[in-house]
Amino acid sequence: MSLLDVSDLHASVVTDDQTQPILKGLNLAVAAGEVHAIMGPNGSGKSTLANVLSGRPGYQVDNGAATLDGTGLLELEPYERAQLGVFLAFPYPVEIPGVSNMEFLKASIDSLARARGDAQPNTAQFIRQVRELASSLDLDPAFLKRGVNEGFSGGEKKRNEIMQLLLLDPKLAVLDETDSGLDIDALKVVAAGVNRFRNASNGVVLITHYQRLLDYIVPDFVHVLSNGRIIESGDKNLALELEAKGYAWLT
Amino acid sequence: MTKSSVDQLVEAGSEYHAGFVTDVESETLRPGLDESVVEYISARKGEPEWLTQWRLQAYAQWQQMREPTWAHVHYPPINFQSISYYSAPKSQTDGPRSLDEVDPELLRTYEKLGIPLHEQAALAGVVADPAAVGTPAGANVAVDVVFDSVSIATTFKETLAEAGVIFCPISEAVHSHPELVQKYLGSVIPQRDNYYAALNSAVFSDGSFVYIPKGVRCPMELSTYFRINERNTGQFERTLIIADEGSHVSYLEGCTAPMRDENQLHAAVVELVALGDAEIKYSTVQNWYPGDENGKGGIYNFVTKRGVCAGPRAKISWTQVETGSAITWKYPSVVLRGDDSVGEFYSVALTNNRQQADTGTKMIHMGKNTKSTIVSKGISAGGSENCYRGLVRISPTAQNARNFTQCDSLLIGDRCGAHTFPYIENKNNSATIEHEASTSKVSDDQLFACQQRGIETEQAVSMIVNGFCKEVFRELPMEFAVEAGKLLEVSLEGAVG
Ligand SMILES: Nc1ncnc2c1ncn2[C@@H]1O[C@H](COP(=O)(O)OP(=O)(O)OP(=O)(O)O)[C@@H](O)[C@H]1O
Ligand SMILES: [Mg+2]
Repeated sequence: MSLLDVSDLHASVVTDDQTQPILKGLNLAVAAGEVHAIMGPNGSGKSTLANVLSGRPGYQVDNGAATLDGTGLLELEPYERAQLGVFLAFPYPVEIPGVSNMEFLKASIDSLARARGDAQPNTAQFIRQVRELASSLDLDPAFLKRGVNEGFSGGEKKRNEIMQLLLLDPKLAVLDETDSGLDIDALKVVAAGVNRFRNASNGVVLITHYQRLLDYIVPDFVHVLSNGRIIESGDKNLALELEAKGYAWLT
Repeated sequence: MTKSSVDQLVEAGSEYHAGFVTDVESETLRPGLDESVVEYISARKGEPEWLTQWRLQAYAQWQQMREPTWAHVHYPPINFQSISYYSAPKSQTDGPRSLDEVDPELLRTYEKLGIPLHEQAALAGVVADPAAVGTPAGANVAVDVVFDSVSIATTFKETLAEAGVIFCPISEAVHSHPELVQKYLGSVIPQRDNYYAALNSAVFSDGSFVYIPKGVRCPMELSTYFRINERNTGQFERTLIIADEGSHVSYLEGCTAPMRDENQLHAAVVELVALGDAEIKYSTVQNWYPGDENGKGGIYNFVTKRGVCAGPRAKISWTQVETGSAITWKYPSVVLRGDDSVGEFYSVALTNNRQQADTGTKMIHMGKNTKSTIVSKGISAGGSENCYRGLVRISPTAQNARNFTQCDSLLIGDRCGAHTFPYIENKNNSATIEHEASTSKVSDDQLFACQQRGIETEQAVSMIVNGFCKEVFRELPMEFAVEAGKLLEVSLEGAVG
């Protein structure tokens, strides 16, 4: 059994006037310890996959299943999936004015601990840990007092997502274009964060358009998602090939 | 069709933790209002002749007046003859006494509500029931407690007396400090100021009286706790706070009522007088019963609150957290008469289900270099209506006056309404007036961002709403800021499906 098992997943996006099928029979197995990169043309369904796995409203599952460590995800509330260990790094992190980063992180970590029946972390220790993580991602500790993503630059928001990833330490991390909008140095900092997160018992799904990220976070597998299906899988060399040839030769 | 999660939140009923009834025998006057009722109330309290006449004069004026209709609220006509204008627990009919003599049934009521009436317990910081949110509860706080029409207990009287502070029921102050009462009663809000103020002036029952002598910093927070218990009664309390030159006081008011199917009227008057260099900080946590999710029952909260900065550099600051009442009609205001005086209004008004709120402030600049700040946060959920109404008036004499107004509305779901009516009357072109306004929604994206980090929906909503209110909560005394946050959470319970 893999850590994440997605089988024959069909899902649609639901808008006011229509229901449009996007994922059309997607299969993906991520074992513990693995990093899977997902690439593919714009509009092919990569973010839809991330959203459906994490339970974002506005999508409808038409068929198929997704399990984490054997537990079905698709029936669960979004917060239950998070409590089980699903983490989504958002491509466009949202601002929550007036709620400080620190307060948000505390609410989050306490909720996870409560759900798992763990003791709530000691506050002083927690604050120390968060400060340490912030500085490892080149984030000024002053950020922790500011509202969640309030007035953060694009790159700062992305680094904030990685800080949350490291703090919450989920089983499965789905990173949706975390590399976009980062300057060259920030890209390295973020990649180092992801590498620091990786271990033998967790898994990473890395959605990206750029081969360059994969120089820093070396994937075990690279998949090409097109028109709602994975049409090609390979190792890191596939990404190099895509960089050279584009997607046309596959479709 | 999947429903957005915000929409789903807005279904179901609310929970009101202070909704129980206390079983005490009460002496309640038959419903109805005429001169004899006014005279009865005055006689019941053994008032001097001048006050009886003052009430009768107010009653005569009230009869000439009409109920205001300009507010953005809707309710069937009130039958003022079906209300009882005086109700007191029988055990208390001889007026307030010492704590040991208070009916144990009443003491239990306040214990349930989390109001520390036992001074030792309060000093030790032992607070009865933290579930009773929206009520003042904390260590260093003196409390005056008003149950229906009478004040039943005031704590820490001796400690305050040592500092020269007078804190007692207004019915007592009429006898113990008649010169102060006579001088200031109605000096800020004249009898005929408005319909409800006139009614209150005629039939006011009890309330708190505070006097802080020259140069004294009140050694503890003062607070009054109002509770309506009896059926078909109105509560007409009257509060008068005088801060003499260079003094300082922080005062908090809290309120609850049982859940009843009928509407009940609460028409209070609060007058504040800050003399030169004095400062009054007045905070309200209003949690009257809001009615059920269909709008049945609940308190009509029609209140007149006004302060005057009578001398130079005086400061009056109103902070209110309004979550209760079926209808709220309330505009705590400041008359900035002294030069360099300062007026502030910080408000959080939350409406859910069928609640209606029309609230805001008036800042009347008369002195030179006067300054006012208005920060209003309106939160609407369910099918409620929330309206900010504010007036900034700069008189010709108010050279270099400054006002800053910030008015933010937050909507939860799409069946509720938020409205803003800012009025500016500027008669002096040296004035600086700034106005900022915003309307936002608790978005599905924000909720999902919280849920994706494991935070459950209800907590996520309350966290987002608390964040929105931060600038106002900051102004509350510490122990009440926490209560206010909890109260929002409880009041939003109805909004979470
Ligand atoms: N909320 C929505 N409303 C309407 N259409 C949507 C919505 N979400 C996704 N879609 C549509 O679904 C398709 C797949 O979108 P998705 O965001 O999954 O693509 P993607 O592979 O992540 O693309 P990109 O590389 O541009 O990020 C697109 O055609 C998109 O327009
Ligand atoms: Mg995408």
